[in-house]
Amino acid sequence: MAKEILREEGKILLLGNEAIVRGALEASVAVAATYPGTPASEIGDTFAEIAKDAGIYFEYSTNEKVAVETAAGAALSGLRSIVAFKHFGLNVASDSVFPLAYLGVKAGMVIVVADDPNCWSSAQSEQDSRYFARIAHLPMLEPSDAQEAKDLTKIAFELSEKFGIPFFIRTTTRIAHMRSLVKLDKIERIERKAKFEKDIKYRNFPPKILEVHEELHKKLEELEKEGEKMCSIFNKNSKSKIGIIVSGVSFNYVLEALEELKLKIPVLKISMTYPLPEKSIAKFISKLKEVLVVEELEPIVEEEVKKIAKDSNPKLKIHGKDLLPFAGEYKPELVLKAIAKFAKKKIPKELTEEKFDAVKVEKRLMQLCAGCPHRTSFWSIKKALGLDKIVAGDIGCYMIGVHPPNNILDFVSCMGASIGISHGISKAGEKPIAFIGDSTFFHAGIPALINAVHNKGNLLLVILDNRTTAMTGHQPHPGVGLTGMGEETKALAIEDVVKACGVENVKVVNAYNIEEFVKTAKELYSLPGVSVIVAKGECRLQTVRKLARSGAKIPKFEFVEQPDEEKTKELEAFGCPAIRKRKNIFYIDKNLCWGCGACTQIFKGIKPKVEG
Amino acid sequence: MKVFNLVVVGYGGQGVLSLAEIIERAALKQGFDVKGVELHGLVQRGGSLQCHVRFGEKVFSPMVRKAGADLIIALEALEGLRACYYANKEKTILLTDGRVLSPSPIEEEKIGSEELMAQIKKFVKKVETVEASKIVERLTGDIAMSNVFMLGYSIAKNLLPIKKEIAWEAVSERIRPQFLETNKKVFEEAFKV
Repeated sequence: MAKEILREEGKILLLGNEAIVRGALEASVAVAATYPGTPASEIGDTFAEIAKDAGIYFEYSTNEKVAVETAAGAALSGLRSIVAFKHFGLNVASDSVFPLAYLGVKAGMVIVVADDPNCWSSAQSEQDSRYFARIAHLPMLEPSDAQEAKDLTKIAFELSEKFGIPFFIRTTTRIAHMRSLVKLDKIERIERKAKFEKDIKYRNFPPKILEVHEELHKKLEELEKEGEKMCSIFNKNSKSKIGIIVSGVSFNYVLEALEELKLKIPVLKISMTYPLPEKSIAKFISKLKEVLVVEELEPIVEEEVKKIAKDSNPKLKIHGKDLLPFAGEYKPELVLKAIAKFAKKKIPKELTEEKFDAVKVEKRLMQLCAGCPHRTSFWSIKKALGLDKIVAGDIGCYMIGVHPPNNILDFVSCMGASIGISHGISKAGEKPIAFIGDSTFFHAGIPALINAVHNKGNLLLVILDNRTTAMTGHQPHPGVGLTGMGEETKALAIEDVVKACGVENVKVVNAYNIEEFVKTAKELYSLPGVSVIVAKGECRLQTVRKLARSGAKIPKFEFVEQPDEEKTKELEAFGCPAIRKRKNIFYIDKNLCWGCGACTQIFKGIKPKVEG
Repeated sequence: MKVFNLVVVGYGGQGVLSLAEIIERAALKQGFDVKGVELHGLVQRGGSLQCHVRFGEKVFSPMVRKAGADLIIALEALEGLRACYYANKEKTILLTDGRVLSPSPIEEEKIGSEELMAQIKKFVKKVETVEASKIVERLTGDIAMSNVFMLGYSIAKNLLPIKKEIAWEAVSERIRPQFLETNKKVFEEAFKV
């Protein structure tokens, strides 16, 4: 629970994400900003819950680039700041992150980036953000559990301030969403004078920038020494000629595997993965014949070890991606098998048996919730315009539109791209339909919409305004009228923004009203140029939670008659998870139905259930 | 104590995450080192959900390894079968709700509940079935508190090395006060059946 995080002392269970917040608090953070993205979302959500009590400022920014700028402004003014997002968020933010190494910061600034090996909550790619540290010339620390997430965040603030550049904390899903014990230290409440002091050094411009670049490399050399201090060696006294280098969550799997295989081989654990502690690595590998580098995703450390070994131990055999995969997250058994192979030990019998692997368990795909307004939006567009149009998706719960029975989205790319790519498709001669969520529209949709209007594109945009950022855990956005601190603020009406972007044909519809939606879609699609439908319908999960809190009953529905063949097909295609069929009889599962009643528009034989 | 390996599974929306967190809290109160992993975000929208909880004297990995589970708690039976990836014929006990929810609302599950149990039996030492959702629905009107029932039941049957009073303390910290009374009823019922 978020309030526990403010306790003075003790040992508590924290998610990796919560531990980062605690670390920041212990380091006297004053300003925090984020744009939600799983697996980083709980960092912002925890700040949102405690900001007022902790006496700090927190905001959900409109996107990650702006979040970085907010944090940078605070750090330049002498206040410690933190910004957090998922890996794709760093892509968006990178334009604002890169100059910070050159510009510098006055107070400590930490940038948390959460990668998602296995794509648990990322549609587009299995990105390894460690490369960003290298392009940006910014140091990066990687915790291996919640305790380290807290401790390294604190260290990152200290060092960031000392060296005058921001620090990266990089996590992965299994760190961000690992819950483990954290021993709390004191929350420092150091009052700082907040003032932007004018200084010639912030006036970065060529040719001075080249000098700064040179200095930056000197800083990184100094930082390497700090990284050396953060290394630790396990089984230090081992006489073994083979050893393991590891960082992040895999460290845990390595230690478990060594225990199970009864191996006492040395393990070098690295916490600063950029710049790498080259001296520690050189020393560690100098007496070894073979080394195994255990790192998820790309072989970044492995390549570096190869370079280092050229000088310090040219005969060293270096393993890594020859024994472990590039794709997917590492699991304990995967690491155990690789180590067993590496150390020529027998793999436990039950890990070589393929018996269970042969069982095909029916997949349970994620689906739009019962009562989701996106379902009727998809349905209405299909009814109005048929199935042959090109339909673009964007980033949000509505990505589920690629799955059956929705089968509506032809592609999904990245935040805001539904509009930009649809504009490009229209220039190639066809008229697409683009779906984008409310929060995503504010995040990255507006420039693309202006571009489509300005450059005379031809598309129908449907903005799914469900009054929240649903997928990442219901954070507010600029259309909601609430800030991250829970204060009331101006709610931007999406239709007004759309009009201001130069769109003339804009209509607001009730997402749950199929007849109105179909009529509007037909009308607007037939008009040339860029038209926009704003489909308003609150995220049903949010509505249901509000109803539950107020003690109100959720309306229930039932089949009073069974559908004919045509209506059966329609109900199946509608795909509400609460409308179920057993032995060819339709019924509504009352434990799943959230009472939106949209289905009654499709089949009149469904009626509100009379209680009692 | 040697590290206890628990996997809690179900589908998104069943309270899998809360159940795992409650057990983690209880394990901490009982003096153990604890680590666990959960999944958040889009995966919670009705999809398969697996949480891992490990506790003992010293825990490194937050994830249970393949064939490494001591106990699997399944809030739905098909997800129980899916979790047999973590099962070990020598030691794993699988506790499951008897209920099967077909992944497709309009097609019946491809495997009937009897066959499902037969399949699960192939991979575990023992399978224990309890009609948790039915009992909870009878008691409270819906199935939402099945997770708390399963917690009580796993303690009642000595499947989970957590003390009853400590488990309840952890529940009461995690559940909104207005739902506590009904949760208590459900929790106690698990010790009676």
